[in-house]
Amino acid sequence: MSERKPGIDWIRAAPWLYTAVLFIVWELAVRAFGLPQYILPAPSRIAQAIWQYWPAIWKNSLQTLYTTTVGFALAVVGGLALGILVGWSRFIYAGLYPLMVGFNAIPKVAVVPILVIWFGIGTVPAVLTAFLIAFFPIVVNVATGLATIEPEMEDVLRALGAKKMDIMLKVGIPRSMPYFFGSLKIAITLAFVGSVIAETVAANSGLGHMMLAAQSQFNVPLVWAGLIMLAIEGIVMYAAMAWVEMRMTGWAHRSQMAAG
Amino acid sequence: MTRPLVTIEDVDMRYGGPEGLLAVEGLSLTVGTGEFAAVVGPSGCGKSTLMKLVTGLYIPQRGVVTVADERVTKPVNIVGMAFQNPTMLPWRTTLDNILLPLEVVDRHRGRLRMNKAEYVAKAEKLLETVGLKGFGQKYPWQLSGGMQQRANLCRALIHEPDLLMLDEPFGALDSFTREELWCVIRDLHAEQKVTIVLVTHDLREAVFLADRIFVMSARPGRVIREQAVPFARPRDLEILYEPAFNDIVHELRGNIADARKAA
Repeated sequence: MSERKPGIDWIRAAPWLYTAVLFIVWELAVRAFGLPQYILPAPSRIAQAIWQYWPAIWKNSLQTLYTTTVGFALAVVGGLALGILVGWSRFIYAGLYPLMVGFNAIPKVAVVPILVIWFGIGTVPAVLTAFLIAFFPIVVNVATGLATIEPEMEDVLRALGAKKMDIMLKVGIPRSMPYFFGSLKIAITLAFVGSVIAETVAANSGLGHMMLAAQSQFNVPLVWAGLIMLAIEGIVMYAAMAWVEMRMTGWAHRSQMAAG
Repeated sequence: MTRPLVTIEDVDMRYGGPEGLLAVEGLSLTVGTGEFAAVVGPSGCGKSTLMKLVTGLYIPQRGVVTVADERVTKPVNIVGMAFQNPTMLPWRTTLDNILLPLEVVDRHRGRLRMNKAEYVAKAEKLLETVGLKGFGQKYPWQLSGGMQQRANLCRALIHEPDLLMLDEPFGALDSFTREELWCVIRDLHAEQKVTIVLVTHDLREAVFLADRIFVMSARPGRVIREQAVPFARPRDLEILYEPAFNDIVHELRGNIADARKAA
């Protein structure tokens, strides 16, 4: 069974196959039950809407992509810095961790009104919401990587006269990189959630704003077109981060495979 | 006995404040330069504490630890350490793992970049000594457990320590690999003139390798017996099956059983 047969690689084809089936079932169901398009438009109708409104969709997609990536970049820098700080000492960890958990527990949509008061409606609240929602998993992962250095390793180096800085640079930071790159996939997805939330509540461009406007005009196919675009952007960004993770910390995957 | 390298005099070590756990109490022992000493005892007798006291990772509340004629008040970098867990860094090759201590020890870190070739040659020689010739460019996770432990020994020896502290280094290995590594460490000791303190649960290991064996009591740990091992060096694995060898193991086993009962 394990021998590779020539022909179609079904495992590789599976994601495309399942996606195709989903859309076909959707299309057939809408037709069979005669659902009106304001309840659930058929995929063919949504495709038509994407075609029809392409310039607007393209512009708003780019805006969403822009706010997401800027927010994400800030989250990476901030999260990495804060993660190293938190992982550095037990004292900082003990003090900051409850604060961060409390902060993370606040639904970020509730922060948007405050950001609007400070920065007005537009790009800045969206970027900041993306940042606020995305940095937490990065902090936690980096701090975890630092906090789980094997005590024996630390003993070996400390006995040789290593300073905390040496241990961090030689062991802690490289060791936390797989955790860091692993968290990027989660962070980019969350950043995307954050920016779309902010666009929906307080913006004058972006996919969230476009969908809200389409909804108020009862243009249901356009609302769904926005949704499909969000899904595509989300998948692309996730895949990009998964690729970065593979490239940067291949050793972690290979060493786990060797151990398992 | 030769000039003492390690002296522990009437040491108490308590963890976590004045009411904390007393790990060792009234601990005294001396290890001569070039000697191979083993420390055995029931689990929880403070063997690992002993390791940390000698390397200067812990400073005792009472008593004095002296290494190479200096009272230990901070980490002692003439010591190499190896634990049961090899803790190789998976993102470094085996060779780079072995060179790691040189990036830390003051007297080497400045010279490392300029004299890289010299240090690499030294690491490769060590690899050859432990039977890992040609494995330097492999990553640790490409090596078996026994090979990782060999590399771990190289890392402990790369900065030419005067004292090698081994904390159950062979505990996680199968018995054939363990016996192979006994011979590796036996030969290292003979070649490098390094003083070795081996903490172990394995009495046969202790008797096969050591010149002197310290038996520790249950917590709070102290030395309850000192046993000289009379067998001539170099020792062959065959002595494991000699009656005189088994007599010593048997007697030590009795001491430890008593110590456990007393606890």
